[in-house]
Amino acid sequence: MLSIKNLHAGIDEMKILKGINLAINPGEVHAIMGPNGSGKSTLASVLAGREQYEVTEGTVEFLGKNLLDLSREERAGEGLFMAFQYPVEIPGLSTTNFVKTAINEVRKYRGEEPLDAVSFLKLMKEKMALMNIDQSLLSRSLNEGFSGGEKKRNEIFQMAMLQPKLAILDETDSGLDIDAIRIVANGVNKLRSKDKAVLVVTHYQRLLDYVIPDFVHVLYNGRIVKSGNKELALELEEKGYDFIKNEVMAKQEA
Amino acid sequence: MNYLEQFKQQFDRIQAGSNDNGLGTIRQNAFNAFSKMGIPTVKHEEWKYTRISSVFNTQYELSPEQTGDLLSSEDLAQVRLPGHEQAIELVFVNGVFSFSLSNTRSSGQLEIMPLETAAANEYKDIVHKHFGHSGSYLKDGINALNTAFVRGALFIHINERQIVQHPVYVYNITDTRKENVLAQPRSLVHLAEKAQVTIVETFTTIGQGEGFTNQVMEIVVEKDARLEYYKIQQDAGSQVSTTHIRHIGKSYSNTVTISLDGGIVRNNLNIVLDADYCESHLYGLYFQKGQNHVDNHTVVDNVKPNCFSNQFYKGIIDDNATGVFNGKIFVRPQAQKTNAYQSNKNILLSGSATVNTKPQLEIFADDVKCSHGCTVGRLDEEGLFYLRSRGITEKNAKSLLLHAFAGDILENIQLKIIRDYVDQQITQRLDF
Repeated sequence: MLSIKNLHAGIDEMKILKGINLAINPGEVHAIMGPNGSGKSTLASVLAGREQYEVTEGTVEFLGKNLLDLSREERAGEGLFMAFQYPVEIPGLSTTNFVKTAINEVRKYRGEEPLDAVSFLKLMKEKMALMNIDQSLLSRSLNEGFSGGEKKRNEIFQMAMLQPKLAILDETDSGLDIDAIRIVANGVNKLRSKDKAVLVVTHYQRLLDYVIPDFVHVLYNGRIVKSGNKELALELEEKGYDFIKNEVMAKQEA
Repeated sequence: MNYLEQFKQQFDRIQAGSNDNGLGTIRQNAFNAFSKMGIPTVKHEEWKYTRISSVFNTQYELSPEQTGDLLSSEDLAQVRLPGHEQAIELVFVNGVFSFSLSNTRSSGQLEIMPLETAAANEYKDIVHKHFGHSGSYLKDGINALNTAFVRGALFIHINERQIVQHPVYVYNITDTRKENVLAQPRSLVHLAEKAQVTIVETFTTIGQGEGFTNQVMEIVVEKDARLEYYKIQQDAGSQVSTTHIRHIGKSYSNTVTISLDGGIVRNNLNIVLDADYCESHLYGLYFQKGQNHVDNHTVVDNVKPNCFSNQFYKGIIDDNATGVFNGKIFVRPQAQKTNAYQSNKNILLSGSATVNTKPQLEIFADDVKCSHGCTVGRLDEEGLFYLRSRGITEKNAKSLLLHAFAGDILENIQLKIIRDYVDQQITQRLDF
């Protein structure tokens, strides 16, 4: 589904990603973990299509297309979803109006008819219940004055509404209390199916207690230095990132 | 022939007629003042950013005779606003109020009559006390020019304790099909105690000739009266539009000025808070493209203590268009406990769009709360990115963001049918 090969990218002359290789298949949940400054956010930004980041080498293929050639909205149309670390506040635009527009634009991109009002409301009610969001929040301006937890739940709500093929969660767990993490995790788990995939980018292991990953990758200094299963996340939580750093240093010396 | 000689000839023609119950004397004084001041140039402090003199290189007809029969019902149909079936419709053609085209829905809630009639009947004290009050705030030839040619003007009296059930739509039509026209509609509105009314004004230029509109409406608001006033500008013609609201008892006004088109547009909005505990809201939205120029000059004059005013103007400027906001707040020495707020926010959509924004606070009392702020920026890139990341095309994302930006001005239009109409007009204009 997603195939990243030898990806090098940076910002303003600074090289951040130095050869990332990663393959995600349908049905899989991958987690990318790593210490601050390892390149996690850069990777998420490049996949989302932030223009400030320059890709200098390598390829990213998504469902057979060159992802790097697609505009931001085309990526969404193809089925890529990015849950933002810092969702933007947009005064004057209601969440309902926003989500409705997004759904219909994605449908249009795929050559489908717009969703009729009844089906939209039905879908919305179902996903509101899933994410424990009430109507008043959705009628308010998008993310404006939302608490940290409400913003993140709103992100996952949007994901549930859009039903992407690949969802990337960028530090979605940061700033969440334990109840909010459970709700967010529940939303993500509901999306899991044999033809959909999830990429969780996180600093901490705690979201992974609820969204159990099939693969865990450790990003350090712009490269994936270690991959494993969910046990690796627990090991990181226990030992901290220093043991990875030490391993890498040991390899370099050897 | 320069414009002064041209105007003098036409002025003499009007003055040769009736004195119109004393209005002739007012006209004469105003013409003398106009002759002294002339058309303001950019050297005039209040016209620094708006060059209007070029408009007066054209020869205009200023003192049209009977004009009502110029317009057919088809012409009028194009000018009407939605909801007109339920509205009192007042029509000015080339600056002259036309009874035959208007629908006054006589209901006992308000009286509508020619200003020269009101100047002689039971309303004469009101007319002589309040007519021309805007002239003491607008010391430029433009305001004087309107007063110098006042004829076929309108007087509206909202009767005591009456809540006028129908909104009052005022259509200012400039018909240039026969000749170049400088139309100067003029009206005086009086809200008696506890009266309430909603007034909506629009401007339309018809025909291919040169047209310019110099309109003045003066509104007097008595104790416990409430005024809703909306100005909708979406005509390509150039205009100076003055609204002068004078609160003379504890009362309320809410104004929304929407400027979606126009060659050169200058809006003067004066709020005189000449009684304790008045409350006034001034909202504005200008969205201009092409070579358009829109200038909003506001004055809030706190004459008496304990008044509240809030000004909130937003602008979206594209292409080579220019927006000007000049917001003045006066707080007179005796106007203690004044609360006066002002904010102006602008989005520039192109590299050659211009905004000049200038707050001007003159405070002579010491126990007041006043604030002002302005911003000029580009469309929020993060917001655009966020929307596009959800699959919304760049064009539609821009449109959604700008619509959201305009939203908190539009929501202050209380008359739903007009709010929806303006919303729809904006949506059309957002189709890049």
